[in-house]
Amino acid sequence: MGTGTGIGRVRGLGSAKHGSQHWWRSRVTAAGNLLLVTWFVISIFRLPHLDYEGVVKWISSPLVAVPLVLLTASVFTHLRLGLQVLMEDYVHEEAGKVFWTLLLNLYAIGGAALAIFSILKIAFAGVPA
Amino acid sequence: MARNHARPLSPHLTIWKWGPAMAVSILHRATGTALAVAGGIGFIWWLVAAAMGPEAYATFLKVATSWFGYLVAVGLTWSFFNHMFSGLRHFVLDVGAGYELRTNRLWSIVCMVGAVVVTIAIWGTIFAKMGAN
Ligand code: HEM
Ligand code: HEM
Repeated sequence: MGTGTGIGRVRGLGSAKHGSQHWWRSRVTAAGNLLLVTWFVISIFRLPHLDYEGVVKWISSPLVAVPLVLLTASVFTHLRLGLQVLMEDYVHEEAGKVFWTLLLNLYAIGGAALAIFSILKIAFAGVPA
Repeated sequence: MARNHARPLSPHLTIWKWGPAMAVSILHRATGTALAVAGGIGFIWWLVAAAMGPEAYATFLKVATSWFGYLVAVGLTWSFFNHMFSGLRHFVLDVGAGYELRTNRLWSIVCMVGAVVVTIAIWGTIFAKMGAN
């Protein structure tokens, strides 16, 4: 913002200087997704049964619950960054920006919290008799 | 006006022709958004249903194994592999490689064909197994 006009600085126009961080985190989480989602797709494909008992038993193993939690963190961080870029490209009014920023953050953070809590509940409560 | 076809056409907002690189670019966005919205909501629903118990899970399974559920699952599988391949393409472009016209065109096509091939392989196997039972 150093090179902008005075009034521009007051209005907070110009770069927020978060661009490189956004870009880098989108690549790190993309690498995370590459590993974790590929693991997930292959595992789901190979599971003999996707019924309730089968799935709960599968998730309750630490070797599944932990990668699933990491997958949720990586995917929802990546998707939050990605949807933000989408919004920045297509939403131009101030009110719309505030609305969509709120909505996509609620979705990304709320969704990740729901997913992680559910994984942990299954993992800690163990397999039902 | 006579145009020298050996020269590139300068880009214009409303005058352009579809090419593989443009297709793979907009598909990266479309599939990323589909994964983020449909994939994300489906993933949350699946886990929450499993954490809530057999009844909630039965409701989830009923929708997931309807024709609509399979349609979404096949669409998300294709979306993931298309996005994954064009994501890997992004990594290559990020280091400044792969911008030669022929190379760029080739790998754009490989991304899109690869995603279709992997999707058909996965779902072909699943449907074949279901048919066998
Ligand atoms: C299933 C999990 C994934 C979801 C939900 C997802 C979602 C998204 C979304 C919504 C975007 C924004 C699209 C745009 O701005 O045009 C995006 C961008 C991106 N994705 Fe993914 N993605 C996933 C997996 C992956 C994987 C596995 C890779 C890499 C192999 C990847 C690489 C990228 C890259 C590099 C970008 C940034 C593109 C740019 O700079 O314009 N993503 N993703
Ligand atoms: C001659 C026409 C075009 C020019 C000069 C052009 C130019 C550009 C440039 C410079 C970027 C930024 C690249 C980057 O982020 O690395 C971009 C990104 C993008 N363009 Fe275009 N573009 C054209 C046509 C199109 C068309 C026809 C579409 C869709 C129908 C499109 C959709 C997009 C999208 C979705 C992005 C973001 C992609 C991403 O970050 O992965 N563009 N374009």
